Amino acid sequence: MKGSSCGDRLAVERLFIPPDQEGPSMILVRQRRSAACFVEPGSAKSHIPGARPLLTALALVLTITACGGAQSSTSAAPTTPTPSVSSSPTATDDGAQFPVTVSAANDDVTVQERPEAVVSLSPTATEMLFAVGAGDQVAAVDEFSTHPSEAPTTDLSGFEPNVEAIAGYDPDLVVIADDGADLTGALAELDIPVLLAPAATTLDDTYEQIEQLGTVTGHADEADEVVEQMRDDIADITSNLPETDEPLTYFHELDDMYYTVTSDTFIGHVYETAGLTSIADEAGGDAGGYPQLSEEFIIDADPDLIFLADAQCCGQTAETVADRPGWDQIRAVREGAVVELDEDVASRWGPRIVEMLRTVGDAVAEHADG
Amino acid sequence: MSVTAPDPTTADHAGDPVRGDADGRPSRPRVTGRVRPLPLAAGVGAVLVATVAGTALGPVDLPVDGVLRALIDGLPMVDLPSGLSDRDLAILWQLRLPRVALGLLVGAMLATAGAGYQGVFRNPLADPFLLGIAAGAGVGATLAIVHGPPPGLWIVDPLPLAAFAGALVGVAATYTLSRSVTGERSTVSLILAGVAVAAFFTAIQSYLQLRNIESIRQVYSWLFGRLATSGWSDVNLVLPYVAVSAAVLLAHRRLLDVIGVGDREATALGVDVNRVRVIVVVAASLGTAAAVAVGGLIGFVGIIVPHTVRLLAGWSYRTVLPLSMLFGAAFLALADLAARLLLAPAELPIGVVTAFLGAPFFIVVLRRRGAR
Repeated sequence: MKGSSCGDRLAVERLFIPPDQEGPSMILVRQRRSAACFVEPGSAKSHIPGARPLLTALALVLTITACGGAQSSTSAAPTTPTPSVSSSPTATDDGAQFPVTVSAANDDVTVQERPEAVVSLSPTATEMLFAVGAGDQVAAVDEFSTHPSEAPTTDLSGFEPNVEAIAGYDPDLVVIADDGADLTGALAELDIPVLLAPAATTLDDTYEQIEQLGTVTGHADEADEVVEQMRDDIADITSNLPETDEPLTYFHELDDMYYTVTSDTFIGHVYETAGLTSIADEAGGDAGGYPQLSEEFIIDADPDLIFLADAQCCGQTAETVADRPGWDQIRAVREGAVVELDEDVASRWGPRIVEMLRTVGDAVAEHADG
Repeated sequence: MSVTAPDPTTADHAGDPVRGDADGRPSRPRVTGRVRPLPLAAGVGAVLVATVAGTALGPVDLPVDGVLRALIDGLPMVDLPSGLSDRDLAILWQLRLPRVALGLLVGAMLATAGAGYQGVFRNPLADPFLLGIAAGAGVGATLAIVHGPPPGLWIVDPLPLAAFAGALVGVAATYTLSRSVTGERSTVSLILAGVAVAAFFTAIQSYLQLRNIESIRQVYSWLFGRLATSGWSDVNLVLPYVAVSAAVLLAHRRLLDVIGVGDREATALGVDVNRVRVIVVVAASLGTAAAVAVGGLIGFVGIIVPHTVRLLAGWSYRTVLPLSMLFGAAFLALADLAARLLLAPAELPIGVVTAFLGAPFFIVVLRRRGAR
């Protein structure tokens, strides 16, 4: 079950915040389905039989795509230093000049030759690689990299990375979203460069990562086009939003336990772009932007819009939401403003985030009282 | 169902090394068979306080007078406008009250079941979580979630039943293992066997979850314990199990005192020890399974509450069982109130709260007892 390199280390342990934090907090992020993060006081784990193995199991399902990665503190963590691309001058896609170096989140990454066997352990990075036209250079992607459909999905795990299994694909570049397992060090032994592209915290992070992945694969120009297109699309969507008297509020449901996001998260910024405010903003500080709300509070807050990022994982629909006791009091439920999202689109902060914003913008246009 | 037994001479278990206080001090013998009025009043009072506090307080401020008026208005034949808005009324009747009721039921059940296990195993450390019962119930529940037929095909919800089956397998495995190792039931071997069984079930559970990643969220939701509110439906789901289980346990409380003397002595008194043991274990496991099915893994209640009751009101199970029921209900309802309030409007898993509240509370009770 565990990679040979880290057989003695549970993934869960890697989820714990560095020792400077008071008590281990657990941040889990769901990658495949919804980008939920949980911050739980760790003391619950010690006395509950089954907690630890279950958390390990969870850890396999959940991968850091939000919250700025497992290693960041839950308080207002400093964002990762903005990486900058410093490639060889004027690299073109056909005659891209290698070696190139990009300063990614894990320091400078140098790629000697155009990589022909990329292994991606991050669904978001996988989508980016294909978007910039490096798809045919991708040898293998992790078990949750399900998009685009031609991506070579394997049973590799991004969370419990098995170094031998990764090396078996003879990669010349490995892209990861989280380096809790110190994959970088292990693969350095084999002279395999690793590019760390952690969960974006802003749209600019997303653009930056697309540019980086374009540069290291020899598709810098295409990456520029992708980013340009994204910026244009987002500007289009936001400029066409109707005026509302006061900002609309929303409840973004990560799962059927009412975990949600505040405005101070990546996904919260996307909603902000569409002029929406999260009802969780007064609850989010302690939970790293991903609090679990009381049902009472949700009903009392009376959001104008409800977005379900748990439609596929947890079978939630507008109908099941309307059937919940007391929820018929919420304006969004009464006015049919309950929107089912595609969980993958809502939790992978890559090229498809434009689709997410479009869905949100359409919902705003439909339900704005203006 | 009931087993008739001669009225046992109420033994004083104080000197019994197994049944001594947790700190080894003998407890004062109680020769009365009835619950004494003062502890009983305290227990009822605690339940009332927990109910009122749990109803009046929450992440959303409802006017207390409005809540009281609404509650009185809810009585049959009474018409008293509460002055609350429709939304406040929905929060009160559809969210807050069922949650308080669920806390009371689950707390009463876990505490009573814990006391029952401690009685039949003559083991003060017996607890649904230490005996592998909760882990077994967890595997049963996981199987029901993962492989169960869609709901609606069943007259009864399969989840508590599957949890019940798992709980029985768990306790049987623990008991058999501890007997086979030492040939007798010692405290240590039972606990060790429980740990081993729990570890094994936990491994099964982890495997099931890895193979069924789609439903891991549902499983996760009760890992830390959460009095999930599906309005009154959870309350209705768990109520019959709790009622049957608690009734059976209470009916056997005198026999638990007899068994406490020792198997041989109890047999000499005409008690069919093994039969009582099976009945009590089945009843306690049924209740535990139902509680686990709706409330998740909530630790500590089954040990802390009965022990506190013993320190306050003596060792006789005729006292311990009914008082554990009352104090367990109050304890968990208050713990859930804390879970709702501490980080409001965010929630805290109740398993975390019981651990935080339970351990220091227990220590305080022990110290105060020692100081006397």
